Amino acid sequence: MQGASITAKQLACRRGDRLLFSKVDFALRSGDALHIQGANGIGKSSLLRILAGLLTPFAGNAEHAGDIALLDERPGLDLDQPLGKALGFWQNVDGCKDVSDAQEALDLEALLDVPVRYLSTGQRKRAAMASILNRGANIWLLDEPLSGLDTAAQAKFAGLISKHIAGGGICVLASHQPVEVPGLQTLELQEFVPQDAGEDAA
Amino acid sequence: MIWALLKRDLAKFFPFAGGGGAALPLLFFLSVAMLYPFAVGPKPELLAQTGGGVIWIAALLAAILPLERLVASDMELGVFDQLKMRGVTEEAVVAVRLAAHWISFGPMLILASFPAAALLNLDGPTLEILLLGLLAGTPGLAAAGLMIAALTASLRGGAALSGLLLIPLCLPILIFGAGSLARGETASLGFVAAISLLLVAITPFAAGAAIKAAREG
Repeated sequence: MQGASITAKQLACRRGDRLLFSKVDFALRSGDALHIQGANGIGKSSLLRILAGLLTPFAGNAEHAGDIALLDERPGLDLDQPLGKALGFWQNVDGCKDVSDAQEALDLEALLDVPVRYLSTGQRKRAAMASILNRGANIWLLDEPLSGLDTAAQAKFAGLISKHIAGGGICVLASHQPVEVPGLQTLELQEFVPQDAGEDAA
Repeated sequence: MIWALLKRDLAKFFPFAGGGGAALPLLFFLSVAMLYPFAVGPKPELLAQTGGGVIWIAALLAAILPLERLVASDMELGVFDQLKMRGVTEEAVVAVRLAAHWISFGPMLILASFPAAALLNLDGPTLEILLLGLLAGTPGLAAAGLMIAALTASLRGGAALSGLLLIPLCLPILIFGAGSLARGETASLGFVAAISLLLVAITPFAAGAAIKAAREG
């Protein structure tokens, strides 16, 4: 995992007529973790989607070396399928052979026969996280990883993130809750909101 | 990777394999063939003369039914985003989906044409032309349907709109396909095949671009 990096250069994001943020700069290397903070609607998810390459920035660019995995509200698990099969599809796509570690780490064994439709928010989040672990990517982008989780699972997620960082990975996360990860840097997105936003941005 | 995708798509779209609804176009197609003699009366000559056209209309309308399931649900689930993160292009995803959609749709309609032809009193040569026509035309119907499903996936009420959009786009297939039956020749089926080929060739790019545009939304 050494040699992974992700860089944001003068990133700006516009949604509709509104300039959400501009001139966001950071550079992360192996072993770094960044916590993006800010109020609802400020553009945290958009920033993560720009970093993931799913959204074109209004200005600037995002570069990365290494594989990227994104955890968000829509992990692509089929609602009609039992969890084991829904996860199995992504394991096949990723060519992941040993999945027991991820299932054990996130207490999913008992849920594998349950259709995804019947899983609670927290259970789905754990399943999405298992998919991230199976993927084995260097760079994790986590959008609200802790929302909907009980305290035990929150601690478990923080542990997994710490382990990923310690192993030379990179993690960028957006969360309203504090995340207990050693060496976590923070980025307050409010500082990058243009002062005249909404007035003449169009 | 492509195999995993194809397997998932087939499980989703193949009649009686996936969740409910995948067999609906097939049943709809058969019900039209069943209802038509009741509606126009059981005169054998009339049925034999108009039956082929009815089967073509039933095939076109049956192609509308699965549109809603083709793209919108996976867009909602984030499947396209997650595949893109893994380096699978939208074009490849759509091409695989087109194959899976046709496999679940075309051969089934062609098989169902046998009982439908019996119900409508079609003779052997007519049935032969009909089957060739459906073989040439269903890939085009499947491709046009997939393209429209992708274009309307991010719209509110897109499902209702997609049905309306498919009809004019498939009109040439219907004209040449049903026309070959009226004239009792297979020459115009070449046109059907050509239109199908064109639609199959542009669909991965058009539908892929639609999925990308919806993401930027």
